[in-house]
Amino acid sequence: MAFVDDLGAALDKTPGGGIILTSLDAVMDWSRGKSLWMMPMGTACCAMELIAASFSRFDFDRHGSIPRPDPRHCDVMVVAGTITRKMAPAVQRLYDQMPDPKWVIAMGNCAVSGGIFYYDTYSVVRGVDEFLPVDVYLAGCPPRPESLQDAILRLREQVSTDSIAPGKSRKLTSPLPAPGSARRGEPPVGGGDAG
Amino acid sequence: MNINELREHLCSEYPDLCPLFSVEFGDGVLVVEAKRLHDAASDLRDLGFDRLGMVTAVDTGDEFELVYRLQSREMHAGIFVKARVPRDTASIASVTDLWPAANWQEREVYDLFGITFEGHPDLRRILLTDDWVGHPLRKDYEDDRIIRRPDYI
Amino acid sequence: MTEQTIVNIGPSHPSTHGVCRVVVTLDGEIVTHAEPIIGHLHRGIEKMAENRTYLQVVPLTDRLDYVGSMYANWAYCRAVERLAGIRVPERAEYIRVIVCELQRIASHMMGIGSTGADTGAFTAFMYAFAQRDHVVELFEALCGARLTYNYVRPGGVSMDLPEGWVEQCRAFTAQHPSAMLELDRLLFGNVIARARLKGVGVLSADDAVAWGASGPTARGSGVDWDLRRDDPYSVYPRFDFQVPLGENGDSYDRARIRLWECVESCKIIDQALDQLEPGLVKAEGLPRLLAPRPGDAYDHIESARGSLGVYLVSDGTPRPYRMKVRSPAFCNLALLPLLAEGHTLSDLVVILGSLDPVFGEVDR
Repeated sequence: MAFVDDLGAALDKTPGGGIILTSLDAVMDWSRGKSLWMMPMGTACCAMELIAASFSRFDFDRHGSIPRPDPRHCDVMVVAGTITRKMAPAVQRLYDQMPDPKWVIAMGNCAVSGGIFYYDTYSVVRGVDEFLPVDVYLAGCPPRPESLQDAILRLREQVSTDSIAPGKSRKLTSPLPAPGSARRGEPPVGGGDAG
Repeated sequence: MNINELREHLCSEYPDLCPLFSVEFGDGVLVVEAKRLHDAASDLRDLGFDRLGMVTAVDTGDEFELVYRLQSREMHAGIFVKARVPRDTASIASVTDLWPAANWQEREVYDLFGITFEGHPDLRRILLTDDWVGHPLRKDYEDDRIIRRPDYI
Repeated sequence: MTEQTIVNIGPSHPSTHGVCRVVVTLDGEIVTHAEPIIGHLHRGIEKMAENRTYLQVVPLTDRLDYVGSMYANWAYCRAVERLAGIRVPERAEYIRVIVCELQRIASHMMGIGSTGADTGAFTAFMYAFAQRDHVVELFEALCGARLTYNYVRPGGVSMDLPEGWVEQCRAFTAQHPSAMLELDRLLFGNVIARARLKGVGVLSADDAVAWGASGPTARGSGVDWDLRRDDPYSVYPRFDFQVPLGENGDSYDRARIRLWECVESCKIIDQALDQLEPGLVKAEGLPRLLAPRPGDAYDHIESARGSLGVYLVSDGTPRPYRMKVRSPAFCNLALLPLLAEGHTLSDLVVILGSLDPVFGEVDR
């Protein structure tokens, strides 16, 4: 990808290069959006729906989203399930191993906010966005496979607005606090968990 | 041997404990002193309680109550063995030499309650990380990462 | 002996069936020691239960064994019913048996399927999962959820069977045994799968008992112990069914027993549907806020993984003072170091799969 990144930067500075860059962006976004390979970071219940989604009935492959267990093959990490304090460093490490550009889908309430495990527990990270930049939040406990398909399609829309020029592209990695140290504010009035 | 014969046997074996033996829901409950727990467990194993179902503890405030559930396939019966240990010197003999099943279960109790098991071959934390401070299932466990649930009732 | 190599597998690895980390010491390709490191999904459900009312704990039990949510629901509700002295209407007991046997099928399909995936027979996984989808659809019609049902409640079940559900269920049980025979030929008749499974991870009956193994893991070694028959609960004594037993205690027996259990489950469901009478599905006169007498209660049921027990201590308030889940997967997984020793690294994956752990339940 380094070559492509340099190309984008060079074209951006060239007079008239903007037109070529726009056409290149269109090609890149089209190809990226049509083959978002997933890193199935399934930890808990949502992992079952993630498996169901890629099997014969819901058939994710038709969207070009093939689950690959190796982070180095993947474009999008689907965090499906509760992330505990013990697990968070491993998730961070796997995310770091994925090549840029990379996206994160937080699947299920646990990955979005802690969900049912928001209150009273000592070991759960309240949402994967405490240490990863999340692109698509997917609510549900667990979400249906159809909603995961919708999330993938939404992500594809988002990918289609990206540019390969460094200045125009969204920030791919942001400096975030180490897992566990981040603190959310007080819980919303009324609470948000099932019960 | 059924649960009533077992009761008679235990009464003759542990005369001082007999009042503490009760049969609830078909399961016997035997309350022993902490220092006699290993002997009682060993006896029960010889009587046919060949399976150790679970080892757990309850924080009763000033002391811990250890709860062992044994099961006999022959008698089709279960028995609870309970022993109390003081909070400040929470320690009891391990039963891993009788049932290897106790290995992980005692590690879990050590992890979550901080009760040490003497004679355990490998007493380490099992569920939490090795550098965790405190034992979460104790009632006085404090952790500023916990957000208490608002009370609606 | 050559130099020892230490290989770390997991916690995110496709063949560890969840978030399990195994630190393997290898001599060449032979495993000399395998140590499972668990707790990556320890969510503190037992602590959370201490600050919720008895009814609010039910959704938490769903998330324990997420492949078989109905079991944890039921085991918990039985413990509460013991503690509070609630009598469950007969129709509710039948419905509970039906949904739990369906759940056994769904769970075993996952277990057998992943055994197939571990041995390279991915087609078998697809076939098994198609059967699981039928069950999940039945559950969705029943309570609206595909995975976390929150269906079995203290005193009964949350709602009655919807219209047409019984016929739908019968249609499923009618086709399921033949699908199982097909899967048996496809997976267990396959030369490669047999070679990968037979004689791998042999567990003796004595070890199974001493290590507290239960369910298909123990029965694969010939330990004839099934709570449905040997410590009968609910309406199970009214049904006629067999308990499949293995002979060799290897991965093949453990996996294949699950398949025959599904066929037996179909028999139980058919009998239960025949005996199902109209009536109440929830005990009458239950208080909105349960506050059982001070004391403790334990109850266990035969889940897809073994004897699943819930130990509850009440102090008379509307919240449990202590809840402990005796999880069968936790005890079964403790066998891994024993079973894996002396096998190759690729067999370790098969052995771990044959124990069928679910880490929500192992770590709680």
